[in-house]
Amino acid sequence: MSYFNAAMAARARQLVSLYPKARSALVPLCHLAQEQDGWLRPEAMEEIAELVGVTPAEVRGTASFYDMLHTEPVGRYVVSICTNIACLLDGAAELLDHASERLGVPVGGTTADGVFTLEEAECLADCDHPPCVQVNHRFVRTTTADAFDRLIDELAAGGRTEEIPPHGTLVRIRRSGGLRVPPDEIARERAQRAQGDG
Amino acid sequence: MAEPQAGPPGTVTFTLDGRRVTGREGELVISAAERAGVYIPRFCYHPRLAPVGMCRMCLVEVVGPRGATLQPACIATVEEGGEIVTDSPKVKKAQDGILEFLLINHPLDCPVCDKGGECPLQDQTLAYGPGESRFVEEKRHFAKPIALSELVLLDRERCIQCGRCTRFAEEVAGEAQIDFAGRGERLEVAMFPTRPFTSYFSGNTVQICPVGALTATPYRFTARPWDLDQVESTCTTCAVGCRVAVQSSANRLTRLLGLDSEPVNHSWLCDKGRFAYEAVNGDEVRAGPAAADGRPVTLGSSHPRGAFAGEVIETASKVGRVTEPMVRAGDRHVRAGWSRALAEAARRLGEVRAAHGPEAIAVLGGGRLTNEGAYAWTKLAKAVLGTDSVDAQLGDGLPAELVLALPRATIDETCSAPVVVLIGGDVREELPVLFLRLRRAVLDGRTRIVEVSPRSTALTQYAAVSLRVRPGDVPAVARILAGQPGPLPSHPAGPACSPEQLAQARALVEAAGGEAGSSVVVAYGRSSLAEDPSFDAAAVSTLAVAWPGARFLPLLRRGNVHGALDMGMAPGILPGRTSLEGGRAWFVEHWGSVPRARGKAATEVLQSAAEGGPGSVRALVLVGCDPLQDFPDAALAARALAGAEVVVAVAGHPSPALDHADVVLPVAVAHERPGTTTNIEGRVTRLGQKLVPPGLAWPDWTIATALADELGYDLAIGSVTEIAEEIERVAPAYRGFSPGYLDQVSGHDGLVVPLGTADAPPVAPIDPMATPGIGQVEQQGAPPRAGLTETVERELLAALHPEPAGEGAPAPMRRPAVEPVALPPPDHYSLRLVSTRRLYDRSSAVVGSPSLEPLVPPARALANPSELARLGVQDGERVRVTSPRGQVVLEAGADAGVPKGVLVVEFNLAEPAGAPNAASALIDATVPVNDVRLETL
Repeated sequence: MSYFNAAMAARARQLVSLYPKARSALVPLCHLAQEQDGWLRPEAMEEIAELVGVTPAEVRGTASFYDMLHTEPVGRYVVSICTNIACLLDGAAELLDHASERLGVPVGGTTADGVFTLEEAECLADCDHPPCVQVNHRFVRTTTADAFDRLIDELAAGGRTEEIPPHGTLVRIRRSGGLRVPPDEIARERAQRAQGDG
Repeated sequence: MAEPQAGPPGTVTFTLDGRRVTGREGELVISAAERAGVYIPRFCYHPRLAPVGMCRMCLVEVVGPRGATLQPACIATVEEGGEIVTDSPKVKKAQDGILEFLLINHPLDCPVCDKGGECPLQDQTLAYGPGESRFVEEKRHFAKPIALSELVLLDRERCIQCGRCTRFAEEVAGEAQIDFAGRGERLEVAMFPTRPFTSYFSGNTVQICPVGALTATPYRFTARPWDLDQVESTCTTCAVGCRVAVQSSANRLTRLLGLDSEPVNHSWLCDKGRFAYEAVNGDEVRAGPAAADGRPVTLGSSHPRGAFAGEVIETASKVGRVTEPMVRAGDRHVRAGWSRALAEAARRLGEVRAAHGPEAIAVLGGGRLTNEGAYAWTKLAKAVLGTDSVDAQLGDGLPAELVLALPRATIDETCSAPVVVLIGGDVREELPVLFLRLRRAVLDGRTRIVEVSPRSTALTQYAAVSLRVRPGDVPAVARILAGQPGPLPSHPAGPACSPEQLAQARALVEAAGGEAGSSVVVAYGRSSLAEDPSFDAAAVSTLAVAWPGARFLPLLRRGNVHGALDMGMAPGILPGRTSLEGGRAWFVEHWGSVPRARGKAATEVLQSAAEGGPGSVRALVLVGCDPLQDFPDAALAARALAGAEVVVAVAGHPSPALDHADVVLPVAVAHERPGTTTNIEGRVTRLGQKLVPPGLAWPDWTIATALADELGYDLAIGSVTEIAEEIERVAPAYRGFSPGYLDQVSGHDGLVVPLGTADAPPVAPIDPMATPGIGQVEQQGAPPRAGLTETVERELLAALHPEPAGEGAPAPMRRPAVEPVALPPPDHYSLRLVSTRRLYDRSSAVVGSPSLEPLVPPARALANPSELARLGVQDGERVRVTSPRGQVVLEAGADAGVPKGVLVVEFNLAEPAGAPNAASALIDATVPVNDVRLETL
């Protein structure tokens, strides 16, 4: 019984076939699993391990290295507030405190209704609009406490879904051009490499 | 002054702290410097693991084109004309800095840490550290300890992230069940939440951890290193012969650590070998909190010691051991002193011999004995009692003539042979450390394995070709491998391996160097305990005839079974790999008498005792064995014990067979007596004595001589040394072998007999940073290598090539021709039974060890998924398995590695509701193969 749904499973196979070594697909597959569930479930990690030929402990080890891969459940919206230098000078710490109070969770926590997760982030590369805030890795340009409250109200009411997809979604338009390298060429390349290794 | 010339080819000359030093080409600076006498501090570097340069403790100055730079000595290699500086102010400052960083996150809880006193971090901080820290903030705190498995606990805050454990798991064991998780200061060693660290080799991570982060549940909080005493010895849990340091405190074993033996174990041990010492202590076990409330233990969370196996209660009476001689009085045993028990045993055995002749006595067991004990018992049985019905193998082995006559390969030769043909069961389950060696050999491209086994094994994924066989198929497969094409035995489901696979295997053998087979090593054991041994034996025999140049590595697994066979504990065999007929004159001269004719092997002995009648076996002497547990056919063993008039049991641990014994004689077990042992390759190594035997237990050889005395004969041996000298004198294969060599530095890894067949490789010095705990305990006053004499290398090398045997010495044994018994055709309604071994089974070493006993899996009925589907059985459903011998109720399991038409029930595992050994309740040891039916309840 596959953990991935049918569409995701097909995409997973495609991802594995994209690399000379299956192991290289580990991180892309983690993103895929996160796109399906919003976070990396243990079952997902076990299936990824099987797909790329490593142990589940190794998948967990790799996934836990990256801040954008979540091995614990997160809310529908992950709110990230940058506290690096440019944002810090422009009130990031105060905004983070406010956010924590407004959502009623500590930094890193998820609201009881499972809608919001609040996290403190390293530089998000939008230093000319400090303090920088992202929701599900989309910039929202919300720099004041009032604006933040309005954003939360809107999201809680089910608004802005066009702009902000569910957590885990990386891109909403799949590349339609297919693989840039035809599969048979990859297979040929692999066979040659295998011969070279031997 | 002219530059010195470059050294011989393959070496490089470089400057080390201003000295000219020679190293090997491509050698790491850290090891080249060490050989030159310059120690560079290190944590992550381990001589048996690939270097990673993670801890930065070994930074040294390497002078290059851009001047001197700090580089890790475990990554940098020595270059011709290079210059290395290890003692400059810059290096000292780097070492200071690294240690100060490491100690920032380290709790410094040394007074309550098991590693305190033998800790590389402690030792190297003292030697190279700054002495004080500038860190005044609060340290990290974690829940502790985390149970990674039932044997290994993790204290995360002590970890210095060297990765020795994670690298061992991936690189050496091939099971990355632990890996680093997180990043930065939150980096931790972690398992996957639902997948504990169940590797058979998990204890090695505790052994190589350079801090107290990983501890083993059996040792945690039991001793401090400076209270430990130790001796160097050999593990006899299986027949690989891993070298170990055995440590004890107050006459209790506390820990075993693997010694780095180049020809054998490369410093690794399996968990069974490492922890089965608990059975020697013989402690009582009380069900612990986890067992008491019946809840399964959740791993990965914090646990107090003892939550898994229950609390260990030290008792004076040693409930897990036999400590006093006992004789039967009616239906119970009463304590008797040695003199009364020996007199009773001698009287009963004497009566049987007087009434029915010496052939009515049989001696079973011997794999647990030292070589000296085995020799004394052989002499007692064959020269004094006069019976040749002696068998150290309990129906689970192969014909001794075959094993002893074939040219032997060493483990090193096997791991460097271009092709290894492996016939038998799962090496990881039977001889675990040999699995590590073979796996490494395959990954390094040194050898290719052709595996012939009844089910897929841990080695299957590393084998170049893996051939599945059904019971009885092996001889036909061997003929094809030997280039004699023929059909495989027919089966309704078709052959278990394809013609293409067979052709591929044959091509590998041919490509590796031709028909003589000189590049082939055949490693062979018992494929299954549910089929006649003649199948495996005939296959091996076929290969031996076809490939006169091939060498053979026997995979018989039990402790010192190879030593016991060498000492003559098999029918038709006399000490020193001599046949009864070939050695008759020689041994009559030395012993006075030998048995009249060839005796019975274990199966025939038990059959004879069970059936009774004229000429049958009437007295059974059990030397450290229990046929009810060890013999494949429990019903036959039970009838034999019931049918025997006299049963004398020499036992170290309580077991069911003792209920049938008329006399029970307590014996010293491993680590309680000195001697030597012989491993699968014929390597003889020293067994150290660490404990005084409990109660009144005696060593085996003392019991044999005392029993001979009672019978009115003098075995003429008064000490272990005297026995060893007599073995050297009379046993041809041990000619020239003096155990004195084993006490020299170069003799510590043992010598292969017959001498002259293999060289003695250099013995690695004890490395206190690679295996903490041996060197440090030595420094604290307990050397493991006691009574050392400095080696005179020349003498040792001369000893490897002894003078040829004198006039009248027996000729070497000839290989017997072995024909397989006739294979009955399969029927459509039955499955053919296969019984393979598991590492953790219900043997007394495992069941007597509180830490290992919970790891024994229940017996299951394993079949190919398509077979289960055909029979309408679900995976996990309870089924009844019926053979003509008996029936058991087991959980069915789908296993794609099992061929169609075959049912696997692993040996010596318990049926949940009944039989302590489900497989032996089904097996009839007197038929060629066992067919069973499977039905749903």
